[in-house]
Amino acid sequence: MLNQMTIPQKLSIKHGSGKKVMMHGVLMIYTFIALFPIFVIIINAFKTRKAIFKDPLALPTPDTFSMVGFEQVLLRSEFELFFANSMVVTLLSLFFVLLLGAMVAFALTEYKFRGNLFIAILFAMGIMIPIRLGTVSILNLMSNLNLVNTLTALVLVYIAQGLPLAVYILSEFIRQIPKELKEAARCDNVSEYKIFFTIVLPLIRPALATVAVFTMIPIWNDLWFPLILAPGEGNQTITLGVQQFIGQYVTDWNSVLAALTLAIVPVLVLYLIFSRQLIRGLTSGAVK
Amino acid sequence: MADVQLKNIKKNYGDVEVLHGIELDIKHGEFVVLVGASGCGKSTLLRLIAGLEDISSGELSIADRVVNNLPPAKRGIAMVFQSYALYPHMSVFKNMSYGLKIAGKSKADIREKVEEAARILHIDHLLDRLPRELSGGQRQRVAIGRAIVRDPNVFLFDEPLSNLDAALRVKTRVEISKLHQELGATIIYVTHDQVEAMTLGDKIVVMNEGRVEQCGSPLELYQHPKTQFVAGFIGSPKMNFMDGRVSAINSEYLDIKLSNGTITQAHVESADLAIGDSVTIGIRPEHMQEGTDAEMVLEGQVTLVEQLGEASFVYMQLDDGAEIIVRASGESTTTIGERIKVCFSPVSAHVFSQSGQAMRRLKAGNVKSHAELARLKAVGAG
Repeated sequence: MLNQMTIPQKLSIKHGSGKKVMMHGVLMIYTFIALFPIFVIIINAFKTRKAIFKDPLALPTPDTFSMVGFEQVLLRSEFELFFANSMVVTLLSLFFVLLLGAMVAFALTEYKFRGNLFIAILFAMGIMIPIRLGTVSILNLMSNLNLVNTLTALVLVYIAQGLPLAVYILSEFIRQIPKELKEAARCDNVSEYKIFFTIVLPLIRPALATVAVFTMIPIWNDLWFPLILAPGEGNQTITLGVQQFIGQYVTDWNSVLAALTLAIVPVLVLYLIFSRQLIRGLTSGAVK
Repeated sequence: MADVQLKNIKKNYGDVEVLHGIELDIKHGEFVVLVGASGCGKSTLLRLIAGLEDISSGELSIADRVVNNLPPAKRGIAMVFQSYALYPHMSVFKNMSYGLKIAGKSKADIREKVEEAARILHIDHLLDRLPRELSGGQRQRVAIGRAIVRDPNVFLFDEPLSNLDAALRVKTRVEISKLHQELGATIIYVTHDQVEAMTLGDKIVVMNEGRVEQCGSPLELYQHPKTQFVAGFIGSPKMNFMDGRVSAINSEYLDIKLSNGTITQAHVESADLAIGDSVTIGIRPEHMQEGTDAEMVLEGQVTLVEQLGEASFVYMQLDDGAEIIVRASGESTTTIGERIKVCFSPVSAHVFSQSGQAMRRLKAGNVKSHAELARLKAVGAG
């Protein structure tokens, strides 16, 4: 039934051991490449400025260990504010992308109505065309709406940015929910809203987690729209806030690296929460 | 009283008409089985009755109320799906109680109803489990339980046994039959399995290409099939068909010359047949036997023997190429390649015109359903 879609059945133990070694080798190289910059950021965040430049790849030793970056970031800047802004923007956008995305996906797959295909194509185009191409018009629009320099502007733009992919992925999953389930519910006099919230949503939880991860990371890391739409003092997000340590002539590397290190933590926590859902989705139907 | 009436029900998908005016009258408490090959429209008809699909034209009434435009929940029906359609993330109890909860019943009411249904179906010990922790048979019961708690006027079953293994299928079949007696509810049941249809139904509706081919009690269909299609569909193994021509017409029987030259008798009405018309003669495998004890004798070569223990199915080819099956006794010693003689009585022969219409048999046996017999006996005793 539904669960089969989340079980990678082909990933069985039947592969030869040579193949297995190669597969793991490739994956390990990839992991190494992906983690290396993060590793460099973290070790250097705990070193003195001199040590950073002298040997960027060395681990901090008692001689070179320093927390000056963190002190700078936490005591002498509005780090908590940036952090809170980023959190609010990311979580709000994420919530609406998931909710609206799932609703759109349900409507597009479940109901036949005029314009169904047209709307689906619009969303597909949203995946293909980067939202940044529309920056000028977006800025115009936001300025007309008096939303420049507000977090609302960011949330709106991120919802628009995340929706197309969310609709696309969730449609695929919703299509795989057996139609008898919905029909059984209709025989039980369950309203369409209730069918969506109590039957469809719980069954696509793994897909929601996947979409959440895909949506969250670009939003958290984005520099472009905060810089354009909300560069004002009180509304800077963390990626924008970090920029204040980067100057044209002098860059406070300790602070930059410390701020980046701290910025990794919340995404990591959110990722762990969602990936637990992913794994639960993978195993929940394994017995059948 | 939950009578179900279908008047000239039609269904099209775009330009394609899949149901061509179905007329059906189902009495309260009747167990009606819709049977037919896949694609004949039986499941579509059930879904129309359930309200899961729109009726293109015609009138459907349940309990004397036209329900064409009512949503499924307002029709007083409950449906059991082939795939069970249990909510995978809810426990058995929640699965069964969900509809009641939506209907706003009190917690005590819900518990009482669910527990009663669970007791009837012997699933009371499973109420806290999730569907994936149940076996196929248990899931099936939960699906039936979910239908029972809603107290519907009409139960709709869509091939409920086809996902079960053979042994469980027979057992569940018996249980559904008992359940029907216990609840006394109207049941409409779709299956492609003619054995299920024969054993369960008070009334069987044989469908073919979107039309009702024949509707009647199981024995009526077996003894007096109206068309060649029904004759071939009811009974297992299939009825044997042989081509021939009418050579003589008598008030009590016809003489038919088979294509191999044999002349055989059949005790049927001649209706509008004339001498020389081509017809098909049909004899069920169980009405044929080895040897020459009965009046009509055929000869041919054995191509296969299936031994079932209580009987053996002998497949043979007649000299004109026609293939027939004979249900011989279990002790039959016939082997493949042998030339044997088989025989049948003209009483048991069916005759079909070229258009597939059956001639009325004159000396066929009892055609009353067990329900009718029980009623007659009760009347006789009273």
